Amino acid sequence: MTASAIFPAKGPADRLTALFWRHPRVLLALLLTPPLLWLGVVYLGSLAALLLQSFYSIDEFSGVVKEEFTLKTYGELLRPSNFDILVRTVIMAALVTLACAILAFPIAYYAARYAKGHWKAAFYLGVMLPLWSSYLVKVYAWKLILAKEGIIGWAAERTQTSWLIDGLLTIPGLEGSSLSTSPIGTFAVFVYIWLPYMILPMQAALERVPNSMLEASADLGATRAQTLRTVILPLALPGVIAGSIFTFSLTLGDYIIPQIIGNSANFIGMAVYQLQGTAGNIPLAAAFAVVPIGIMLVYLGLARRMGAFDAL
Amino acid sequence: MTAAVEFLNVSRHFGQVKAVDGVDLTIAEGSFFAMLGPSGSGKTTCLRLISGFEKPTGGALRIFGEDVSNTPPHLRNVNTVFQDYALFPHLNVRDNVAYGLMVKGMGRAARHSRAEDMLALVHLDAYGDRKPAQLSGGQRQRVALARALVNEPRVLLLDEPLGALDLKLREAMQDELKALQKRLGLTFVFVTHDQHEALSMADSLAVFNEGKIAQIGTPQDIYDRPATRFVADFVGSSNVLPPDLTRAMGGPAEWASLRPEVTRLAATGPLAGQVKALRYLGSGTRVVIDANGTEIAAMVPAGQPVPAEGTTTAIAFDPGALHLMGTA
Repeated sequence: MTASAIFPAKGPADRLTALFWRHPRVLLALLLTPPLLWLGVVYLGSLAALLLQSFYSIDEFSGVVKEEFTLKTYGELLRPSNFDILVRTVIMAALVTLACAILAFPIAYYAARYAKGHWKAAFYLGVMLPLWSSYLVKVYAWKLILAKEGIIGWAAERTQTSWLIDGLLTIPGLEGSSLSTSPIGTFAVFVYIWLPYMILPMQAALERVPNSMLEASADLGATRAQTLRTVILPLALPGVIAGSIFTFSLTLGDYIIPQIIGNSANFIGMAVYQLQGTAGNIPLAAAFAVVPIGIMLVYLGLARRMGAFDAL
Repeated sequence: MTAAVEFLNVSRHFGQVKAVDGVDLTIAEGSFFAMLGPSGSGKTTCLRLISGFEKPTGGALRIFGEDVSNTPPHLRNVNTVFQDYALFPHLNVRDNVAYGLMVKGMGRAARHSRAEDMLALVHLDAYGDRKPAQLSGGQRQRVALARALVNEPRVLLLDEPLGALDLKLREAMQDELKALQKRLGLTFVFVTHDQHEALSMADSLAVFNEGKIAQIGTPQDIYDRPATRFVADFVGSSNVLPPDLTRAMGGPAEWASLRPEVTRLAATGPLAGQVKALRYLGSGTRVVIDANGTEIAAMVPAGQPVPAEGTTTAIAFDPGALHLMGTA
């Protein structure tokens, strides 16, 4: 007996696969509809609602939101007390991003180029482990670490370097009774919390740079520093940008760290939290929330113009 | 003649693995030298020892008389054409070629004009503004060549330079590389596992096996007079005859190699066997005959009758065609 050239469809799975084979777009549509609904309606829709709110204003006497188009709320952002918040947040986010990039690069480079087997597993575990514990617990832990009686203060006392911390805490703009009530503490905790988000994309980008590329550079006469500047960094740049999007935008929006650690100076996230809560000024809160979006768009535009994505 | 590269009892061991083991080798200036061998035979490691990406664990390595054992790659006046070309994807073709001049501090205009000259040499004048991703494999290969040559290296190293190209392009590039080398008078050292490529391009070649050099010589030497059974088998696809078979065919009791091209099929002869396999090669048919357990291949030129599989035939050849390789 010779077998037929066509197997009979044995069940619904066979028939469904056949249907998808005859109509490839059906499968695509089935796969894409739920996430597109979520992304389009729930996610982008609420973002649009936010944008809309920021063009409303609040009636100063009654406290009622006036639902008519105005730029008055954005004008309020420019009031010195509000503008200070923007400047402070952006400077903090930029410094945190820079520090994360500098700290992350050697770690990511080692993990991408040298770590093998168990060491690679240890690297992933080491980078991800902090992400598994509660954000609040980590922040409060840092409050204790940075407090006057904390381990850093204790170590400084034992090594007689307390003068160094005291000196840092008298620098204008960084004052505080201890590290945990100084902007230095806010900065340190931001860097700690967001560092994994910089390391992982950087490591992924560095991993994609083939070894022969580095050998070619050395072969053509480049020193290590020249190779770093002209080959490794340009090729790793998309990863650095991806990481900086995380660290920059997460710092721009965070409202818990500056509330718990530092000198209670306002950041964008805290302002949004207060305005939509106690103050009930949703339009101004929305306007504040739009600022990070605008900053990120400008930032990405600049990165693109500088050729950060040419190697993609 | 000056020695461009000298290996003096050079070894490169990776733990227990002896990638290169006691190699002595002299590459003459201005020669087109091939390192031939199967993968894992140590030929690529030897190339990387010259470029500086590997350090010898024993022996000494000299380039134009100077010991380079402690010289890092960027201070060696040798350049490499990498197997995967290793072109920088973020730079256009011109900047790729000018890279070596840039890191040495040459001004933008000067290095670009030199790069353009070099691109003209490899027939890519009009491609300076493109990115490597926009080029074909053959074009990338030329860019890699131009990028290495622009530095005027004293030795050019080529790591399986034609491996990724299709047959037609490979043959064209073989001729072109050979012509370029003659014109520039440079020392070219290239690594390949393709015996035809090595034989047709090199002035002299070294055959590698298990980290050691099995034979050094001109292509004729190596093809006609293989020193060992390995060389005879790897380079010539020759028949390797054990001593008793050599004697049965009228020679002394030694290992011998017999090239399929000089082996004929005949009605009668000293050795007969059953036809085991036929392989049509276009220019002829390779007939494999099982002679008392030893496989012997013969080439039947196109146009002549080919025996059917399973039939019995005898083998004939000129006695002078047997190349003896000793009793070991």
